[in-house]
Amino acid sequence: MDVNLNLSSNTSKEKLTLDKEIIYDLIVIGGGPAGLNTALYAKRKGLNVGIIARDLGGQVLDTSSVENYLGFVSLSGEELMKKFINHVNELKVPILEYEEVETIRLKDSSSLREVVLKNGLVFNTYSVVIATGSKPRRLGVPGEKEYSGKGVCYCAICDGPLFAGEEVIVAGGGNSAVEAAIDLAKITKKVTIIHRSQFRADQILIDQLAKFDNVESKLQTQILEVQGDKFMTGVKVLNKNSSTEEIIESAGLFVEIGYLPNSEIFADLLELNERNEIVVDGHGKTSVEGIYAAGDVTDIPYKQIIMSAGDGAKCALAVNEYLNTINK
Amino acid sequence: MKYLNEEVAKQLEEIFSGMKDDVTVALFTKEDDCESCEDTNDFISELISVSPKLHLENLDIDKDSDKANEFEVLMAPSIVLLDKDKNYKRIKFNGVPSGHEINSFISSVIEVSGNSQKLSDEIQARIEKINKPVNIKVFVTLACPHCAGAVQKAHKLALENPNIQADMIEAQTFFDMSEEYNVSSVPKIVINDEFEFVGNQPLEVFLDEIEKTQVA
Ligand SMILES: Cc1cc2nc3c(=O)[nH]c(=O)nc-3n(C[C@H](O)[C@H](O)[C@H](O)COP(=O)(O)OP(=O)(O)OC[C@H]3O[C@@H](n4cnc5c(N)ncnc54)[C@H](O)[C@@H]3O)c2cc1C
Repeated sequence: MDVNLNLSSNTSKEKLTLDKEIIYDLIVIGGGPAGLNTALYAKRKGLNVGIIARDLGGQVLDTSSVENYLGFVSLSGEELMKKFINHVNELKVPILEYEEVETIRLKDSSSLREVVLKNGLVFNTYSVVIATGSKPRRLGVPGEKEYSGKGVCYCAICDGPLFAGEEVIVAGGGNSAVEAAIDLAKITKKVTIIHRSQFRADQILIDQLAKFDNVESKLQTQILEVQGDKFMTGVKVLNKNSSTEEIIESAGLFVEIGYLPNSEIFADLLELNERNEIVVDGHGKTSVEGIYAAGDVTDIPYKQIIMSAGDGAKCALAVNEYLNTINK
Repeated sequence: MKYLNEEVAKQLEEIFSGMKDDVTVALFTKEDDCESCEDTNDFISELISVSPKLHLENLDIDKDSDKANEFEVLMAPSIVLLDKDKNYKRIKFNGVPSGHEINSFISSVIEVSGNSQKLSDEIQARIEKINKPVNIKVFVTLACPHCAGAVQKAHKLALENPNIQADMIEAQTFFDMSEEYNVSSVPKIVINDEFEFVGNQPLEVFLDEIEKTQVA
């Protein structure tokens, strides 16, 4: 029994929140690595900055262990985020948590921007950095939606314990799929990892996975359908080498096939690419003046914690330069 | 200390210093057939020792059946938070609130102590309209980072309206019950055993589902 204290939201004593009455230099949307590092750099530049985030910490919280962030050989995603959040809290950046941004509004020809929340609150700012990250991609096969929450899962560390002693499937071949398979192999009876091509994961992870004798890999195999009655009972797959179909019985399917950017709310305002990522230039600038974007939500290649954090720093510095050019 | 290291204990002490009034933690255990009762008792005792404003009351679900009935306790271990006058506030933790659930435990304690977070006027107005009984079950696992947020919201709703009652249920401790409710993703929220959704959704979504129970 241990405790995972979440330092961000509970020190209610001196919790700093955002002020509706003032005009911010910069409002950051998102509290993952990109958003937090944007705020850190902006605050150090002396900007009046605030963060609005649905959940402080972002996707990294769903990661059981991070082993590729420079300076830390291995720590849990949560520990890393705690360090990030503590660092930002040291600088007394106001944070509005558990609120969702609905849209950004431009105000005529002025350089003012309005950040509008789902609950109707509006905050004023001269610039915005969008760091809303990404969410799990769905397989898009019949039965997936129907059995979502009835066997089909998208968070291995959350839902893994519910499948203790059972047989489960992991869909995907990248780092997060292999990590999920490793986590699940420790608690379930058997894990079958299914991927439509070859593994894309880091070799070091593939080697770790190979050490478990209750893991079976089915590569070149495509999931066609999730089947079941009240609960899912298995998946129908196509083996691409032999062109044969088979049914693999399983109580759970963990989908780890990559991520989709959280950009829908900006689709009418900003240029997105064909993958729905926000298009940015070398300074993180979007197609609209005064609006920047950082991290997983953008069209930068390779989505990683260190990339998102670095991207946030870049945006803050670019915003700082931008603010010097406008009439406030 | 067995469960909390010095650093965590110090942080908890600091957090609990934000409490307004005293809070009593009523812990229901039972003698037989309760694997986690003893550990839960040790954990809660340790937790409570960090703040002079927190008090433990040990109860037995069978021997203290009057209290169990009054607080609507149906299983053990179960933890009920009582305000400074020992009033039942309709919120419970079934199973130990360790792991990530420490965060929902903290926020509910702070709320019950009288240091309440203000909700937006719009949400408040919707909560006030609820006039028929509502029971919210939030199924969680202790390793789930999103679950505490959902428990926090369910408890907040109960604290704001006497017609609402909200329970955290730890899915592994109460495995049979989670099977019965078909829990395979957490947090899973079940309202009046009829309406359900998965995920730490915004308060608006909780209210959308709750309002479905208010018609007719
Ligand atoms: C299971 C898993 C394992 C991973 N393992 C690793 C690893 O080992 N190493 C590594 O480097 N990377 C890893 N990654 C990738 C890494 O987590 C991401 O690249 C990184 O988190 C992206 O950071 P971000 O700040 O851009 O976005 P996110 O972390 O997604 O954060 C987005 C933030 O925006 C908020 N948000 C979204 N929409 C709104 C809205 N409308 N209003 C307000 N707030 C909003 C969210 O609440 C969140 O705070 C992993 C990812 C997963 C899911």
